[in-house]
Amino acid sequence: MRGWMGKFRTLALFGALTLILSGCGVDNLSALKPKGYGAELLLDLMMISIAIMIFVFVIVMAIYAFVLIRYRQKKGQENVIPKQTEGNKALEVIWTVIPIILLLVLAVPTVQATFDLADQSSQEDESAMTIEVTGNQYWWHFNYPKEEIAISQEMYIPTGERVYLNLKSSDVIHSFWLPSIAGKMDTNPGENMNTMYLEAYEEGVYWGHCAELCGPSHSLMDFRVVAVSPDKFEQWKEDMQNVDPEATPETTSAQEGQELFNNNCMSCHAIGGSSAGVGPNLTNFGNREKLAGIMEPSKENLVNWIVNPNEYKPGNNMPANIVGEEEASKIADYLLQLKHSDVGDDVPTRNTDE
Amino acid sequence: MSTTAAQKGGLGAAIWDYLTTVDHKKIAHLYLVAGGLFFLIGGLEAMLIRIQLMKPDNNFLAAGLYNEMITMHGTTMIFLAAMPLIFALMNAVVPLQIGARDVAFPFLNSLGFWLFLFGGLMLNVSWFTGGAPDAGWTNYAPLSTTSPGHGVDYYVMGLQISGAGTLIGGINFLVTIVNMRAPGMTYMRMPLFTWSTLVTSTLILFAFPALTVGLFLMMFDRMFGAAFFDVAKGGNVIIWEHLFWIFGHPEVYILILPLFGAFSDIFSTFSKKRLFGYSAMVFATVLIGFLGFMVWAHHMFTVGMGPIANSIFAVATMAIAVPTGIKIFNWLFTMWGGQIRMTSAMLWSVAFIPSFTIGGMTGVMLAAAAADFQYHDTYFVVGHFHYVIVGGVVFGIFAALHYWWPKMFGKVLNEKLGKLAFWPFFIGFHLTFFIQHFLGLMGMPRRYWVFLEGQGLEAGNMISTIGAFLMAIGSVIFLINVVYTAVKEKKADGDPWDGRTLEWTMASPPPHYNFVQTPLVRGLDPLWVEKTEGKEGMTPAEPLGDIHMPNASILPFTMSIGLFIAGFGFIYQTDDKTWLVASVIGMAITFGSMLTRSLKDDLGHHIHKEELEEDIKKGVGK
Amino acid sequence: MSHEDVLNPKHMPHDPEKATLEGKNKFLAFWFFLGGETVLFASLFGTYIALNSSTAGENTPEHLFGLELVFLMTMMLLTSSLTSVYAMYHMKNHDFRKMQTWLAITVLLGLAFLGCEIYEFLHYIHEYEFTFGSSAFASAFYTLVGFHGGHVLFGLSWIVTLMIRNQKRGLNLYNAPKFYIASLYWHFIDVVWVFIFTVVYLMGKVG
Repeated sequence: MRGWMGKFRTLALFGALTLILSGCGVDNLSALKPKGYGAELLLDLMMISIAIMIFVFVIVMAIYAFVLIRYRQKKGQENVIPKQTEGNKALEVIWTVIPIILLLVLAVPTVQATFDLADQSSQEDESAMTIEVTGNQYWWHFNYPKEEIAISQEMYIPTGERVYLNLKSSDVIHSFWLPSIAGKMDTNPGENMNTMYLEAYEEGVYWGHCAELCGPSHSLMDFRVVAVSPDKFEQWKEDMQNVDPEATPETTSAQEGQELFNNNCMSCHAIGGSSAGVGPNLTNFGNREKLAGIMEPSKENLVNWIVNPNEYKPGNNMPANIVGEEEASKIADYLLQLKHSDVGDDVPTRNTDE
Repeated sequence: MSTTAAQKGGLGAAIWDYLTTVDHKKIAHLYLVAGGLFFLIGGLEAMLIRIQLMKPDNNFLAAGLYNEMITMHGTTMIFLAAMPLIFALMNAVVPLQIGARDVAFPFLNSLGFWLFLFGGLMLNVSWFTGGAPDAGWTNYAPLSTTSPGHGVDYYVMGLQISGAGTLIGGINFLVTIVNMRAPGMTYMRMPLFTWSTLVTSTLILFAFPALTVGLFLMMFDRMFGAAFFDVAKGGNVIIWEHLFWIFGHPEVYILILPLFGAFSDIFSTFSKKRLFGYSAMVFATVLIGFLGFMVWAHHMFTVGMGPIANSIFAVATMAIAVPTGIKIFNWLFTMWGGQIRMTSAMLWSVAFIPSFTIGGMTGVMLAAAAADFQYHDTYFVVGHFHYVIVGGVVFGIFAALHYWWPKMFGKVLNEKLGKLAFWPFFIGFHLTFFIQHFLGLMGMPRRYWVFLEGQGLEAGNMISTIGAFLMAIGSVIFLINVVYTAVKEKKADGDPWDGRTLEWTMASPPPHYNFVQTPLVRGLDPLWVEKTEGKEGMTPAEPLGDIHMPNASILPFTMSIGLFIAGFGFIYQTDDKTWLVASVIGMAITFGSMLTRSLKDDLGHHIHKEELEEDIKKGVGK
Repeated sequence: MSHEDVLNPKHMPHDPEKATLEGKNKFLAFWFFLGGETVLFASLFGTYIALNSSTAGENTPEHLFGLELVFLMTMMLLTSSLTSVYAMYHMKNHDFRKMQTWLAITVLLGLAFLGCEIYEFLHYIHEYEFTFGSSAFASAFYTLVGFHGGHVLFGLSWIVTLMIRNQKRGLNLYNAPKFYIASLYWHFIDVVWVFIFTVVYLMGKVG
């Protein structure tokens, strides 16, 4: 399928279209700048449909313009009675049959792509990796069951491999959307688990959104997918499997923070471990590109967040004022030094301006 | 007759007249005023949304309030603005177009209106009682079933009540068109507006009950402890999505088809030509209606139905493009070779063609199931459905109002102001929504309270907001035109546009019995047929005689107000069981009114031949 | 047609329910209405079928249902459909008394049915603690069967109202359509029950 779609794109029209559309949006967010298999396949499909549609539109507009210019009533023609045409069989057949043909041309690649993206044939393979994605109000959790790794908000995947995602939700319906790598799929509560796959072509940090209305902070439920080379990914796996949640931090403030964290936050949050919790897993927190998915990871932001999270994500489930500002500052020191793996720090689109 | 009575009795009598009226022309006025009011409210909500999205990280509206705003904007525009405005047109025009003196069930016609109005009021009361519904107009479970406060309860009760009104209206028009056509008005001589009303009414009949059931399930879950959408008790949240879209997709065609009909009549009149390919147009309308029921799951491509279901629904959806394309070409060829007069009504209709074609094209793009993994729930979809609903439905309502305004109110809307309203609205519309397609593809999901800085979405959102302001300016000019016309314009005669169909054979506005004598229809475009033979008006199908007319009644109003009261009871009984008293009282009022209606004979009244002869002398009959 | 002709017709036509335009309109409208009702029940059936195994570890259909009572209820409702046919037969023969009698029998059968249904629900609630909110299956069951029961109740009230209202004056062209569509409604309720019997009870017991 990719072969003949590729040829299609060499057509001048496609070239021009791609050029115009690729001017749109940010590299690691736009569906128009694909960086992975799914997104590229879908952009090709879009291009075919746009080309067909523009073809139709041009014809309609040509007739439209001609009719409106040619047949406007002119001065002195007020009493002219035009011929009362009933119809024209030949014309009517033409504008029924041609659209049917055009739609068939579109239907074939549509069905192919639909089945292609639903393909799960290699998910059971020994080498295939499956990540369990859970949508929560308003954060994402990623479990690597085979690798026994649990992290939140920022997912790590190897480039050039198919990574399967099993998606579900712990509360309301969310939708996992990673425009530049693949499309989106809903995360449903209950039994309705969905599966999709990611295949990133090149290293980078890709931005994802929640795409199904899930409450007041729906628009603040961003996540990141960090794609690294398979070698680096092995390194990351090893780092993550060897996390020591009890490790003593260097500064005293962070040490006090650790104790405060263990006493106040551990009922919901976890560091290390391999299962989903009530709140986000904070492993490797110090290396996150964003705080809570949306904010710059500065200490000031983190302290404010800990004291009053609802100010930043209205309606989220973390209670305010569990600790005071002073204690929050120590906890922040502790969390920001949690750098369990520096893999991915050097990928090209890391920390691009937002 | 009743108008003169109203003038004598002053304002109170006029209000009473409208509260009790069963005259389809007055009910059309009621629908128009109520629908227009809700259109303004929905428009205001839209403006607030666009102001919030004017710049990144904006804090103009709070997050919760923003979700209430988008929910109410969608719900209001679909159920409380577009639907009643369409019913206004149907009521004003359909009986006249088929040569009938009223609809089949004038009493039910009135009931349908009051149910809609009280349902709509109920929904909007929520703004003042602690928060409007906030789960989107699609109201997906479990976000809706777990939404705190009573907002979603208002959604459920309000839509249940107004939905019942719509269903009643649909059945009424079905029977009216099947049973009440004048002699000679065969199905294949009906104007396209009547045809599309017939098809739309069928869609209402078969689509709304699915929503009714969905709303009941939601009501039982929220108010009476049922577990349909509670996954902990084995519930399944996808059921709501199916029920909602089994209703929701036909709803889209319920909205657009009547306007397709209106455009057909307008293109034909202002090109001075009969509709090109009339039978193909009828066939296409029926086919669109039929296919409209087969494609609901294309709203659910990302739900996880699997590739087989997705492919089937994708191909079925694409198929709808064929009859729609047939319509576009037939309209173009109706104008081909004609004498096009660019009146305001025609201007809106002409603007509709490219706008709707773009909407249709993005529709086909969305139908490509896999590609929908990118489009779904983004601004691409927002752009698409505003192109069909504003570019199709709203343009159509404006066109139809300009066209039939003289028949409804006796005066032609000022043409200069009409065109002045058109341009800002038209330009603003494309500015607002064209860019949204790109915003979606660039990574902006719909229903986003804020978008963040640095994601490349700033410029597009700004343009969109500017466009929205232009649309608002256009709408305001239209309102000014309505007032200006009422005050300054001269009375119009019965046939201001050189019309072709039966509604132009009588005075503007028509006498309350419509036709002094039922006309004899001798072909498609019956008035045009008579005109080409040099005749002044229609040949009557009956001698002058007594006319049977229905009686006015307050019962539809009381039935509806009963349900309105009962609705509050149901909503608040979850807090305090004593509220059930309100439910009981409300239901007692409703059922009491129904019982009264059932026990008391209502045979209507007769207008006698002598009165008619008087009217003819005064020139009312022509 | 004057009011006098409608209320006291000199000659009763064979189809009094369709003799006036109002009657014809009612007749047609009611068929359309039943079309809408069909979608309503189809949606409820769809919901029930989707949820009938979602018992949340509580009572299952096999466990709950007993076919004896339900079979009896089915017989009652089927018979009542037949008796309402007799009533309409007599309406067409302009025999008002016999029509009223057969309608009365129909109402009695309907009441008996409703009584059984209420007993059945109470039985489930008290003996099995199977309440509206027990599980998704419970909600779907009570909603589907309860909607039907509500229709039965409404149909009974409707027929009784018509019988009392017209007791003194007999049949005319104004009330004949009303009787006729009430009986149509009753048949519809009956048909829905046949589906409930099959889908809910038989399939619940066997499947």
